[in-house]
Amino acid sequence: MACQGLQKGETLESLKRESETLKKKLEEERNKLNDVELHQVAEKVEALGALSMKTRRVLKGHGNKVLCMDWCKDKRRMVSSSQDGKVIVWDAFTLNKEHGVPLPCTWVLACAYAPSGCAIACGGLDNKCSVVPLSLDKNENLAAKKKSVAMHTNYVSGCTFTSSDMQILTSSGDGTCALWDVESGQLLQSFHGHTADVLSLDLAPSETGNTFVSGGCDMKANVWDMRSGQNIQSFENHESDINCVKYYPSGDAFASASDDATCRFYDLRADREVAVYQKDSIIFGASTCDFSLSGRLLFAGYNDYTINVWDVLKGTRASILFGHENRVSRVRVSPDGTALASASWDSTLRIWA
Amino acid sequence: MTSNSNLSNMQRLVEQLKLEASVERIKVSQAAAELQQYCLQNAGKDALLVGVPTGSNPFREPRSCAIV
Repeated sequence: MACQGLQKGETLESLKRESETLKKKLEEERNKLNDVELHQVAEKVEALGALSMKTRRVLKGHGNKVLCMDWCKDKRRMVSSSQDGKVIVWDAFTLNKEHGVPLPCTWVLACAYAPSGCAIACGGLDNKCSVVPLSLDKNENLAAKKKSVAMHTNYVSGCTFTSSDMQILTSSGDGTCALWDVESGQLLQSFHGHTADVLSLDLAPSETGNTFVSGGCDMKANVWDMRSGQNIQSFENHESDINCVKYYPSGDAFASASDDATCRFYDLRADREVAVYQKDSIIFGASTCDFSLSGRLLFAGYNDYTINVWDVLKGTRASILFGHENRVSRVRVSPDGTALASASWDSTLRIWA
Repeated sequence: MTSNSNLSNMQRLVEQLKLEASVERIKVSQAAAELQQYCLQNAGKDALLVGVPTGSNPFREPRSCAIV
């Protein structure tokens, strides 16, 4: 990128000073509106009753760590991807494996179901994100129909379809996110701003417009305008890598899960962090999080093999889900909120309800 | 890294910070009240929170076993 000429009086030093002043001003402006804590507002809310969630299904079939999973909109199918290079489509009601797609690379870090339910996207250490159309014909070789869409210069850490099967959004170890046209493979928009690997992204719920949030190894969570590529808000509160970001169901807030063993909650209109979910006894990193349908519960998967369930409003832990025998890599609530799916390095997936 | 790219990085950073500083914000008390309202309005539909009548959650049904 060509260097813009120096404005009169600008030097590297003066710009550094200006950026420090602006950062302080940003903090001050945010603090002025911090008139109360979220948990204080929530004091009058009725406490949660005991949650009766248990493992209802265990999905076995992957040969190695399960790294990612996603629900289909039909609320019963799921796609999962593994370190062994396999992507499996499951019927979670019956535990039938409907499709198995072997990929040439190991560590398939990301997978996603298309809105139509007719295709899946997946990617990882191959630096690509590919789309595989799902066929009703069991004998068809799906791997042969795989189409490379996204090309990054480092691993693909996350992918999602946008509102249709026509576009995918990816996050990458190359520090960028990107929007792609599935049909042509064309790069539609790229998002620069992170200063290290981007580990996760999440699209805003459709009612709230064209934005998405990303989090990464620079400990920042960034909110982006999909059309302009502009980074519109940025949050730097975590003390280590952000492994996962997820929007609150209303679209006005989002949560993050980090290696610093905390999950945090940010309100987008107040432009600040409004809650930290942590306990002295929780010392292992959180790798994934998702909200229940109403947003009252935040499920977070940790490297100590547990899933902690947080009361989002009160900031307390509501429950712990035990069962996995290794790190929990991904948790996702089903589209109608009736179940939680979790994926683990113990090579299984579990359904909790 | 050349001093030119340092400079353009700094210029970009300053522009970005100016943009972020100009965001319109609301008070946390108002934001928190609205987050809470959303939770409470949707709590009844949240199966993992309140549970659903037995029989209507397909995952809570045991799978039928097929004798092979």
